[in-house]
Amino acid sequence: MTELGKYAGTVLAAYGASLVLLAGIVVQTVLANSRARRALQEHERRG
Amino acid sequence: MSIWEYANPVKFMRTSGAVLPWVVAAAALATVGGLVWGFLTPEDYKQGSTVKIVFLHVPAALMAINIWLMMLVASLIWLVRRHHVSALAAKAAAPVGAVMTLIALITGAIWGQPMWGTWWEWDPRLTSFLILFLFYLGYMALWEAVENPDSAADLTGVLCLVGSVFAILSRYAVNFWNQGLHQGASLSVAPGERMSAIYRYPLYLSMLGFFLLFLALLLIRTRTEIRRRRLAALLARENRA
Repeated sequence: MTELGKYAGTVLAAYGASLVLLAGIVVQTVLANSRARRALQEHERRG
Repeated sequence: MSIWEYANPVKFMRTSGAVLPWVVAAAALATVGGLVWGFLTPEDYKQGSTVKIVFLHVPAALMAINIWLMMLVASLIWLVRRHHVSALAAKAAAPVGAVMTLIALITGAIWGQPMWGTWWEWDPRLTSFLILFLFYLGYMALWEAVENPDSAADLTGVLCLVGSVFAILSRYAVNFWNQGLHQGASLSVAPGERMSAIYRYPLYLSMLGFFLLFLALLLIRTRTEIRRRRLAALLARENRA
């Protein structure tokens, strides 16, 4: 494990906040895409 | 073959669907690889372990500016040539750009506290980045506020042109006003100022990862917008019949 020394809190806070934001935009993108695909498929199936 | 062929939604959906799995895989590899490699780098003699924040801060800041410039190009294509896919691509890029700007602002504040002794300073680069973030929020709000999609694309295109001033200022603020706390380019090629290879190579990989991540998200989100637009068109046609 890498040594973070006295700035461990600073580094972990920066990585933690960034990863949460990145994960958030990835999850929101995937969910919105699957919702839109499903809605269009259902509509086209109903004719 | 012309690039304008991809302005056709059917062609765009077919081509983006084929390349998307490769872009997603490359984005995951480069982003995770760059960040893990960066996290494992040794401490800097001046900044200690806070130097590891550079692998998040610089790629996010770079993407924050370049995503806005990509939106500018897409908006100009819409305004001049009326290609719907370009307007939808600009719309799709904005939330990713906002997140990148927010990451740059947050990591900058967290890094600034131990290094500069303050979370925030009304420094030219920091301030122009904050304004760029507000422009991202305004751009997304305007898309939602205008019901007619073509009018929304026109208005947001003009807003994008105005906001480009701040995207460019965010990049060159340090050079325009030689003041403030923020230093110049992190990847200087000037002799004596070059970043050590220990940090430079993981930074390059992280930058590539953030770019590929943006590309993957842009393709997925543009596909989402095309599907929504198609569904809205089908519903409108049914209502008219």
